[in-house]
Amino acid sequence: MTAATARRLNNIGLVITVITVLCAVVWAFPLYWAVVSSLKPEDEVVRPYIELWPDTPTLSHYVFALTKTEIGRWYINSIVTAAAVTVLTVSSSLFCGYAISQLKFPFRSMLWWLILASFMVPMQTLIINHFELVADLGLINTWSGIVLPQLIHPVIIIVYKQFFDGVPKDFREAAVMDNASEWRILTRVYIPMNWGVTTALSIVCFIWSWNSFLWPFLAVTKTNMMTITVGITQVNDAFGVYYARQLTAAVLAGLPVALVYLIFQRRVTEAITLSAGIKG
Amino acid sequence: MLRNRRRETLFALALVAPFVAIYGLVFVYPTIKLFMISLTDAPLIGGGNYVGFDNYTRLASDRRFNTAVWNTAYFVLITVVPGTLIAFAIALGVNRLRGRLQAAILALFFLPYILPVSVVYLLWDWTLNFQFGIAMHVFDLLGIQRIPVFKSTAWFMPAVGVITIWWTAGFSILLFLAGLRAIPAEIYEAAALDNAGIWSTFRRITWPLMWPITALVLTIQLISQLKIFDQVYLFSTGGRPNDNVVLVYYVFQRAFQSDQGGRAAAVAVVLFIIVIVVSVLNFQLTRLSGGRSR
Repeated sequence: MTAATARRLNNIGLVITVITVLCAVVWAFPLYWAVVSSLKPEDEVVRPYIELWPDTPTLSHYVFALTKTEIGRWYINSIVTAAAVTVLTVSSSLFCGYAISQLKFPFRSMLWWLILASFMVPMQTLIINHFELVADLGLINTWSGIVLPQLIHPVIIIVYKQFFDGVPKDFREAAVMDNASEWRILTRVYIPMNWGVTTALSIVCFIWSWNSFLWPFLAVTKTNMMTITVGITQVNDAFGVYYARQLTAAVLAGLPVALVYLIFQRRVTEAITLSAGIKG
Repeated sequence: MLRNRRRETLFALALVAPFVAIYGLVFVYPTIKLFMISLTDAPLIGGGNYVGFDNYTRLASDRRFNTAVWNTAYFVLITVVPGTLIAFAIALGVNRLRGRLQAAILALFFLPYILPVSVVYLLWDWTLNFQFGIAMHVFDLLGIQRIPVFKSTAWFMPAVGVITIWWTAGFSILLFLAGLRAIPAEIYEAAALDNAGIWSTFRRITWPLMWPITALVLTIQLISQLKIFDQVYLFSTGGRPNDNVVLVYYVFQRAFQSDQGGRAAAVAVVLFIIVIVVSVLNFQLTRLSGGRSR
């Protein structure tokens, strides 16, 4: 390669890099704009020109949202239901994935094929029957009612099974030789080995559940039982036509998951690529 | 040893029991029930009389069902391929960066994906607000007439499509990046020795090697956009839901607003079958093309 072409390639590379950075800034601008708007007094928000920073920054909308609205209650609903979905889904999937991968039992391959098949089924089409089921059980407007239909994530079992499949058989044989009980083999050998995967899957499962809209929206009619994701769009009178207040509610609803992502960036990326069937 | 085998079986059954119980209750049972009530005139809750395939035959002349089918197809058309190409382009750009800069830029592109749909809704409803939205200031600067985007039938779907691409691109970008990182550097070094330019390197090396990932992203996008509901519902509030209706939205309207469980179930079954057929076709296609390249 001649020096001239190398320089030309470098210049093109630099231009691409600059364009990428500029695009990223534009891409994330609406996020910035929402946060800034939530820090402006209402009269500044509706000014007919663009101000990238508030003249008089204020936290009054946050104080209002946290003290005068039901947001606090919605936070609790969201945290409890998302945590329950995460613990129940990840543990039942881990156990099931382990059994399918490592143990012999009747109907094992049939169960595996059913799980693979259910991966394709659009859960949104089951809303009618989920509603009827949850209503029959008397669980409308309860935490359990919000949680129950969210407990199926076939992809988590699939990821676990593939991971356990990748563990050399010697581990199990050695443990059996030592007369370790099945439960000990699982909890002392296999689970610690997959701790990274479990953390990653738990984090994304929590985010999925926090963000889920359709089912929690159907399962709850009382405002005090809403999750935050549903609540901020349903209770308009709480925020009125005050734009800054609405954006404050949006920031408060998005903040927890955004923080979880920023703190556990590597784990989240890992889990998401895994769930799409790509080994990271 | 025989005792061990029995113990293993019992232990395995105990491990799968919780999942199987949940799976039966919230997956198998509702799925069977869905097909059953689609053949009845049942309300949302409670039984109904068997009506054969009436609910299905009625769909042919149901204007709102047709709107829902067209809107869903339109939405798929404007989001799947453009969204995938945009994500690919961004991934190529991000892949050139290194270290902390790369992590920061990736985070900016990825953050929207991690947010709940209702936050995305409030954010864009504000950005595109007819009176005060910042996008309208931009429109003014460019001399474009202001549009009440979500109240106009012509603009609704394209706008929701663009917002959906913005919201979900982060996911596709991650998959593309994983694919780009898996291409061995030696291939590019060899191409550079041969004096290949940026464009021919991309066309001859990157694009063909990335095709499997591209196909995967396209499929995932296609299936998830067929099931679209949340954004369309939220942006339609206060607008014209009947013009913007998509398939899941129509299921919701029939079941929860008209209290017609049976008719809603028939629509749900149609969507159910479309998604399964697309998934199976795609699975067969990737298997065929995989078999040929090996």
